[in-house]
Amino acid sequence: MNDEPQRKRVLGPEEIRRALTRIAHEILESGHGPDDLVLLGIPHRGVPLAERLGEQVLRAEGVDADAEALTALVGSVDITLYRDDLRGNPTRVPGPTRIPPGGIDGRTIVLVDDVLFSGRTVRAALDALSAIGRPAAVRLAVLVDRGHRELPIRADHVGKNLPTSGSERVHVQLSESDGQDAVDIVRPAAEQERS
Amino acid sequence: MRHFISITDLTREQAISVLATAEHMAGTQSRSIRKLPTLVGQTVVNLFFEDSTRTRISFEAAAKRLSADVINFAAKGSSVSKGESLKDTALTLQAMGADAVVVRSGSAGAAHLLAHAGWIDQPIINAGDGAHEHPTQAMLDVFTVRRHLRPGEDRAGLDGLHVVIVGDVLHSRVARSNVALLTLLGARVTLVAPPALVPVGAAAWPCEILYDLDEALAAGPDAVMMLRVQRERMTGGGFFPTVGEYARRYGLTADRAGRLPAHTLVLHPGPMNRGLEIAGDVADSERSVIVEQVASGVFVRMAVLYHLLATDAREDTR
Amino acid sequence: MTTTDTHGPVAAPAPVLIRGGRPYGEEIADVLISGGRIDAVGTDIASPPGAEIVEAEGCVVLPGLVDLHTHLREPGGEDAETVETGTRAAARGGFTAVHAMANTTPVADTAGVVEQVARSGEAAGWAVVRPIGAVTVGLEGERLAELDAMARSRAKVRVFSDDGKCVHDPVLMRRALEYVKTFDGVIAQHAQDPRLTEGAQMHEGIVSAELGLTGWPAVAEESIIARDVLLAHHVGSRLHVCHLSTAGSVDIVRWAKQRGIAVTAEVTPHHLLLTDESVRGFDSRYKVNPPLRTAADVEAVRTGLADGTIDIVATDHAPHPRDAKDREWDQSAMGMTGLETALAVVQRTMVETGSLTWRDVARVLSETPALIGRDEDQGRPLAAGSPGHVLVWDPRPLSIVDPTEHASRSVNSPVAGLELPGRNRLTVLGGRITVRDGAIAEG
Repeated sequence: MNDEPQRKRVLGPEEIRRALTRIAHEILESGHGPDDLVLLGIPHRGVPLAERLGEQVLRAEGVDADAEALTALVGSVDITLYRDDLRGNPTRVPGPTRIPPGGIDGRTIVLVDDVLFSGRTVRAALDALSAIGRPAAVRLAVLVDRGHRELPIRADHVGKNLPTSGSERVHVQLSESDGQDAVDIVRPAAEQERS
Repeated sequence: MRHFISITDLTREQAISVLATAEHMAGTQSRSIRKLPTLVGQTVVNLFFEDSTRTRISFEAAAKRLSADVINFAAKGSSVSKGESLKDTALTLQAMGADAVVVRSGSAGAAHLLAHAGWIDQPIINAGDGAHEHPTQAMLDVFTVRRHLRPGEDRAGLDGLHVVIVGDVLHSRVARSNVALLTLLGARVTLVAPPALVPVGAAAWPCEILYDLDEALAAGPDAVMMLRVQRERMTGGGFFPTVGEYARRYGLTADRAGRLPAHTLVLHPGPMNRGLEIAGDVADSERSVIVEQVASGVFVRMAVLYHLLATDAREDTR
Repeated sequence: MTTTDTHGPVAAPAPVLIRGGRPYGEEIADVLISGGRIDAVGTDIASPPGAEIVEAEGCVVLPGLVDLHTHLREPGGEDAETVETGTRAAARGGFTAVHAMANTTPVADTAGVVEQVARSGEAAGWAVVRPIGAVTVGLEGERLAELDAMARSRAKVRVFSDDGKCVHDPVLMRRALEYVKTFDGVIAQHAQDPRLTEGAQMHEGIVSAELGLTGWPAVAEESIIARDVLLAHHVGSRLHVCHLSTAGSVDIVRWAKQRGIAVTAEVTPHHLLLTDESVRGFDSRYKVNPPLRTAADVEAVRTGLADGTIDIVATDHAPHPRDAKDREWDQSAMGMTGLETALAVVQRTMVETGSLTWRDVARVLSETPALIGRDEDQGRPLAAGSPGHVLVWDPRPLSIVDPTEHASRSVNSPVAGLELPGRNRLTVLGGRITVRDGAIAEG
């Protein structure tokens, strides 16, 4: 029996950069300029991803990606208080929610997360959004879609589709929080296997 | 955290974690829809053996904004006032399927007893037990002070701040919880009271005790908390000769408040005796955060309910 | 003498030969009890025909213990204890006599009630019951009860106490002290200034300040003791101080004794062992009056007991039904059981610390309490001719206290769950075995 988790690199820094550039262009190509667009990252790793996408969007539009422009375009939405799995788990401390000053009413929201899995996080984010305001449309951008959906939810923009088994874990690292950019698939040792 | 009984049960880390959650709760309360689905399907019982409309509705609002169902079990006019014991009440609540019990009692240790006697398995939140503790009041006081004096610092304590607490310390659960929490978070605390209203034994507390309010205020504290005074304790045969003499020696008058630094906050747990422990002008002044404390109470209680109920109860049995 | 059986003639109990034990923990000697009295104490005593032989190697042999302060609760409190269950508890604790406090319902303030209590004790037959009479009618502290009638009754009351309440009126206390001189009685005072202890819940100090419980200041006990020793001196009477609990009280009694004042004092096992730190968990088993004090007070009462300032250990055995204790602290009853664990606590706190010898234990738990209560049949020397009241105590075994195994009807033991030393091998009351290896000797 193998008691060492097996780790396989699927995306490196360059691939992540290219994926985000492509997503930024897709977002713009879908017909929305920065003025009616809000990118909301889902804590924790969705937040830096949203910021990077925001920079790419602004740059593609020829706008200076300064702090003020980013603040108007990018925010975060914490979904902890909207989760449906709180009781079964250790206490989760809520993450930050920051809505750009223009609000979300009538604008197109792009939710940004690192991994799309069951879809429950996105469901919670949609609930949180509906408490905050009434957007014109909500779209979803993820770095990795690993399948195994439990809800009728799909991503509009995907960095990479990654077929995985249920016991595998997708480990995303970003330089902002983890010191490097990488996406690994980790297959746990048999006795360490957890859902 | 399994229960929320006493500040002395908390680590600094836990206290700051609850305060940080309370900040997030506050953030959600400016949304167009303030109700969160977090505790949907759970039932919170408010078990109040003492009248306290303010504390009860604060807990009720907190629970409801988290979508919990709320049952108010007031002792007045119920079986409790007909001699039913705390034990039988607890067994009843357990059988009804309460998910958490918020208890207010005139008896010190009532919440501790409910949590540990084995009558009920659910998380217990102390909403005031005799003159022992009122931990959510201390949390909301600290939350309010921190927002003003350590703004935007989610993980900050109160290190370096000086807080003066004035009044009937002997009978005050608010004072006990605040001394414990303020010092846990690094603040320096000065208690001011007439000697008869300082408990024998309080010399062992981690704070300074003064009998002279003007001396305490001259130190330029960052916050002044006024405690509520029970008029009946200030009259003949009681702890102080007259209400008037108390107000003169220990009341926060406009004159005294005027000598405080500009940034100094004034707090009061309510309900106030205007003109007795605090002048009306001071209560309504710029430095007063008394109304804000009420809002803070809801955020802090949402955070406490969240930490106790939105979790796996088996994870932590402290 | 105590084996009254209305159903027929009673066979005289078989002789008992206690072999190889150490009387007073000293030299090994056999003890033969026969015909209700100690027949012989010495080496190599031959076993008479039909004698029950108790092998007592390693055990201490003591005169049967005498408790000057027991609440048997009957009449009126039978849900907590009865004379039957309370005297069984006494026997298991090694006691052959208990003094039953007067705060029953009705109050033991008349000859009728004290005679009834004494009769109930005789009928139960597990320990001699000496009733204590109330000092004031109904324990109200307003007028003297008929002390003389109780003294002259069949119960021969010599100890009078309003225990649970203090005789706080100085004039009334003076009159009571004067009155008992006529029959060599003693007033056993529950020293507690009522005004200084209104609503009091625990010792007033660091712990009460933290818990927000109303304090019971040491001065409320000390001021009454100071007043009472001066009154006893002034009128030339005997005073006994119940459950002395503070360092200041020890000082006052020491001072009084140095001046030749006829004062005696008792300490309870719980005040020898426990402190107010126990209250932190709000467990009402630790609620008692006077309250558990500080570590410094515990040290002082141990010293006082060791140097003779405190004369005796008395249990203040105060059983309460579960419902009276399963409550918030301030609504719980005050009191603890003690009969079945008293000697174990004294061994732990006084003997094992080298503060008392076993001969001292015989003095503080048998001889002097009998002397204070003017009980001439109890607390006698382990010598030929003495009444057959004997305890054989094995100090070696350790066990965890489990009050559900106690004979008392109540379980409010402050030492439940603690590991304490010693085991009752044998209690003999008037020549008859009442306890054998820790168990009541039925039939």
